[in-house]
Parts: sequence; structure tokens; C-alpha cells
Amino acid sequence: MTELNPALPRATKKWKKTLRLYSQQKSLFFMILPWMIFTFIFNYLPLTGWIMAFQNFRPGKGYWKSPFVGFDQFAFLFREQGFWRAFRNTLAMSTMNLVFGFVFAIGFALLLNEIKNTYFKRTVQTISYLPHFLSWIIVCGLISNILSTSDGAFNNLLMWLGIIDKPILWLGEPKYFWWIVAFANVWKETGWNSIIYLAAMSSIDTSLYEACEIDGGNRYRKMWHITLPGIRPTILVLLIMNLGFILNAGFEVQYLFGRGLVMDVSETIDIFVLKYGITLGNYSLATAAGIFKSVISIFMIVTTNYLSGKIEDERLF
Amino acid sequence: MIASKKKFKLGSIEPIVFRTVNTIIMLIVIVVMLYPFWNTVAVSLNNPQDTLKGGITLFPRIFSTYNYETVFKNRLLLIASVNSVLRTGISTILGVIVAAMIAYVLSRPEFLWRKFATRYFLVTMYVSAGLIPNYFLIRDLGMINDFSVYILPGLVSVFNVIVVRSYIKSLPSSLFEAAFIDGVGHFRCFLLIAMPCSKPVLATVALWCAVGAWNSWFDTFIYCSSDENLTTLQYEMMKMLAAAMSSSSRSGDAIYQAGQAASNMVTPVSIRAAITVVAAVPILVVYPFLQKYFVKGVMIGSVKE
Repeated sequence: MTELNPALPRATKKWKKTLRLYSQQKSLFFMILPWMIFTFIFNYLPLTGWIMAFQNFRPGKGYWKSPFVGFDQFAFLFREQGFWRAFRNTLAMSTMNLVFGFVFAIGFALLLNEIKNTYFKRTVQTISYLPHFLSWIIVCGLISNILSTSDGAFNNLLMWLGIIDKPILWLGEPKYFWWIVAFANVWKETGWNSIIYLAAMSSIDTSLYEACEIDGGNRYRKMWHITLPGIRPTILVLLIMNLGFILNAGFEVQYLFGRGLVMDVSETIDIFVLKYGITLGNYSLATAAGIFKSVISIFMIVTTNYLSGKIEDERLF
Repeated sequence: MIASKKKFKLGSIEPIVFRTVNTIIMLIVIVVMLYPFWNTVAVSLNNPQDTLKGGITLFPRIFSTYNYETVFKNRLLLIASVNSVLRTGISTILGVIVAAMIAYVLSRPEFLWRKFATRYFLVTMYVSAGLIPNYFLIRDLGMINDFSVYILPGLVSVFNVIVVRSYIKSLPSSLFEAAFIDGVGHFRCFLLIAMPCSKPVLATVALWCAVGAWNSWFDTFIYCSSDENLTTLQYEMMKMLAAAMSSSSRSGDAIYQAGQAASNMVTPVSIRAAITVVAAVPILVVYPFLQKYFVKGVMIGSVKE
């Protein structure tokens, strides 16, 4: 069966060989092709909707009959002050989330790594994961309780410590809003994000620590010269992955608490899209804003991936 | 002499000081992580009239199950709970099977489309069409106000696929070779060898699927908000929270009225606390037992590509 007729032309032989390979693997294709089609429908097909951003889209007319307007939607978008405000807010909040998220997770992992009592260590770890499993909706509810002006725990604590003498309306003041978002993220994800660093720390060669000890290095020198460099590759990979999502500043906190005066600092691109697209029915403009977001994400991930490949030889793809 | 003695003392005290300070920091972390939820549990078990006086911290002052009775008697919340349980169950089972199946195929080195298929799936992690095109797709597929919208769009999770694939790849290849020599086909190899051998990672993926499905509300908000029979727990909570927020600060913006339309009544704090506990407890009860699995899963997930 495997013997091929030598008289046949080369191309036919090659073609037959390929065919045979495919038929050998038909069960593999049978297992994956349905899901590739599935992914095509739910992830690739909607990309055709990007055509709306270059049209003056009317749902009644569909993609085929709506008039094309070229880049007019983008031009309008870039002249729109609300969009740049949303862009600034998104960038500010996601940068704060990124910086605080990294600093707190690494710091927590470093300190937890120094705890020698296994039982205590595991208890702290388990409790630190708890907020990660709560939904953002629940977290928002908890934030509003904690920061409440009537009997909120945070105001009570500050008054008890004598730092303030009457409750502050934390959620009503624009100047606090970005910090609230950043610390809500820190509270929710520090424990979870530290898993990866703790794992990286546990795989550092212990003989390095012994060598450092012989050289007279104390605890802090060991942290600085061995532990931190040991987890640097992990930090870099996570940084690249996160920079791709730099325009995702979260949604629920901004959506639920961003009202009144705070709206100026809370409205993100996602909320801008929701407002223009679903509430005001301006589908073309909302799609254009969505494309802008996707393009920035792809640009960020490609650039950081390239740069870290150059500098550190750590690449994602 | 005195100087050297002093130095010796400092050196021996430092570890004790560090350990004490570190332990105190960790205790603060425990309190900060635990208190907000603990306090909500206490409020939910307290008499609602008494709660209004304030001052509930760690334990209920006047114990009462009234809040929970109110929650479980509410028809809408009952529907919401059933829907949340259903969507979580179905998406978890299907999500794990689908992720494992794709992962198995992508882990086979001889698979002809391995490179292409891997990239094909990876791209979807970073490129998303966005809210509006997705909405039109769901509408054109006739999935608005349909239960399938909770299951199908998120069925293939590329991140989960990569995690499972890395795990299957790390299994000894002799395991599969022996089976192939015995004439076992790919499908049976997947079911009888790959699936049972990757139980730890499948447990992790199941947890992620369940958490994701249980905690999501945005799809209800966008696709199913006009059908009461399709509401979910998290969406009901969002509506209550939105109503409570808007009563404290008026906002005429149209975007927020969508979330409030169905519930203009502000729900009392103690009832909201009870719902919060109901919505959080199923996952909080499960995750500590899966800890050793998901810690491993996160580590595999971080291994590049």
C-alpha cells in the first residue's frame, strides 16, 4: 500500500503522500476543525463589523447599503474632547494599576518568602487569594461599604487614629478616584499575582544563598542580589503580557462609581464605547473607538515583545 | 571591647526584629483581605433594623436570618440563582472538554496544522472586534435573549487551551507511543490517556471556567436585560448597587439609566449583604481545596508559549 508507482510524475507522488498524511490524521482534524470553525464565527467573523467604522452605519441598511465615509469617523473621534478625556483616564488608571500591581505583588511575595512557618505561610496565602475569587460587582459593593460616610470602616479607622475629624466622601471627590481604582485592584489581585513570583523564587538555586551568606551578605543583600534577579525573567514576561492590555483599565468600578463630578476622571474608553454605541446608537463612532483600542494593544504587544527580545532574550512569541 | 559587643548584639537582634515586623505585616494583610467580606457576613446575619444604627463590625449584634429568608423568597432572585448555577455548570463542563480536546491536538508533534492552528487560536487573545461588532453578530445569530449566549461565545478559551497543552506536552511521550503501537486511535488516546493523566490541570481550568461564568454579568446586561427569566445573580446585584449609588448621587446621564430601569427601589444594606454572601460563598467554599492545583496551573500558564 505504501509503495508508489515510480512511473508516476513527481508532483502526483508528492500529492499522494500529502493525502496519505492527512488521511492518517483525520481523527486529529475531526477533533479540532469544529472548534476552529467555532472560533472563526465568534472571534474572526465579527471583525468584518470593523467596516462600520468607515461608514455612516444605519442598522436598517446593513453593511452593504450604508454609505462609506472613509476616515471621517476617526477624524470626528480625534476631534472629540470626550474621547481624549476617556483616553487619558484609561491610560492613567491602567498605568497606576500596572505599577502598583507589580510593586505590591513582588513586595508581598518577597516578604512571604521570608516566613519560615509553613502553616502560617499557607494560611496567609490562602486568605490573600480570597478577593481574587470575588466578582468585581461584589468588590464594588464592598468598596462602597468600606468607604461609606455613614459608619464606613475606613472613615472610622482614620477618625479613631485622629487623622481626620469628620468622614470624607471618598467616592464623590474626583481627586481620590484613580487611587481608589488602583487600591481596589491591589486589594483584589496582589495575592493572586504573587503566586507566580513565589513559584519563581522557590526555583532559585539555594546554593546561591549559601554562597552569599559565606560572603557575609545579610537578608537584604540576598533579596536584592539573588531573589530579585532570580525572578527577573518572570517579571519581564508578565510585563509584556500586561502591556498588551494597557488600554483595559477595568470596567465595573468606573461604571458604578463614575457619576456626578467624578465622571470627568472615571470615564474610560470602554464606557465611551458603551455610551456612544449602545445608549446613543452611534455604532460607527463606537466601533472606530474600539478599533483604536485594538490597534494600540497590538502595537504595544509587538513593540514590547521585540524590545525585550533585544534586551533580555525573553520573548513571548 | 564594648563596640564589638554592641555589634554582636545588633546582629543577633536583627532576625528577631525582622521576623516580628514581617509577622505583623502579614497579620495586617490577613485583616485587610478578610475584613470587608467578614463584615458583610456579620451584617447579613444581623437584624436589619438594628443594622441601621451602625457599629456592626465582626459579629452580628442581634442574630437574625430574616435577610436570607427575604432573599430566598424573592422570585426574581430565585430565577437568578438557578440561571447562575445552570450557566456555571454547563460552561464549566463544556469548557474543560473543549479546552482539553484542542490542547491534545495542538500538543501532538505530528499534527500537520500544528503551527498554523496554534497561531490561529493565539491571535484571538489579543485581537477583539469590540463591543458593537460582537453585539451585531450575536443579534444576527438570533442569540439575543437566549440562554445560549451565556455558553457559546466564551466556550473556547485560548488561555486555558495553552495551559492544558503545556501540561500534556510535559507528560512522558512514551505514554502515548505505547498506546499508538497498540493501535489505539487519537480519539481514544485523548479520552483514555490524555484526559485522565492531566486531571490536576483540568481541575485548575474547571475552577477558572466556573469562576468566570459565575462572576460575569456584562453579557446579561448587554444581551438579556429585557428578559427577566434569563437574569443572573451578579446582574441583579449590579442593578441593586447601581440603584443605591444613584440615590446617593444624582446623575442624569442616560447610560446609567439602563442599569437602573428595572429596579428603582433602593435595596436595604442588610439585604444586599445577604445577596453578596449568597453570590460569593459557592466559590469561596471551593477554592481553598483546589489551591494546590491552581497554583500549579498558574505556573504552567506563565511558561512562555
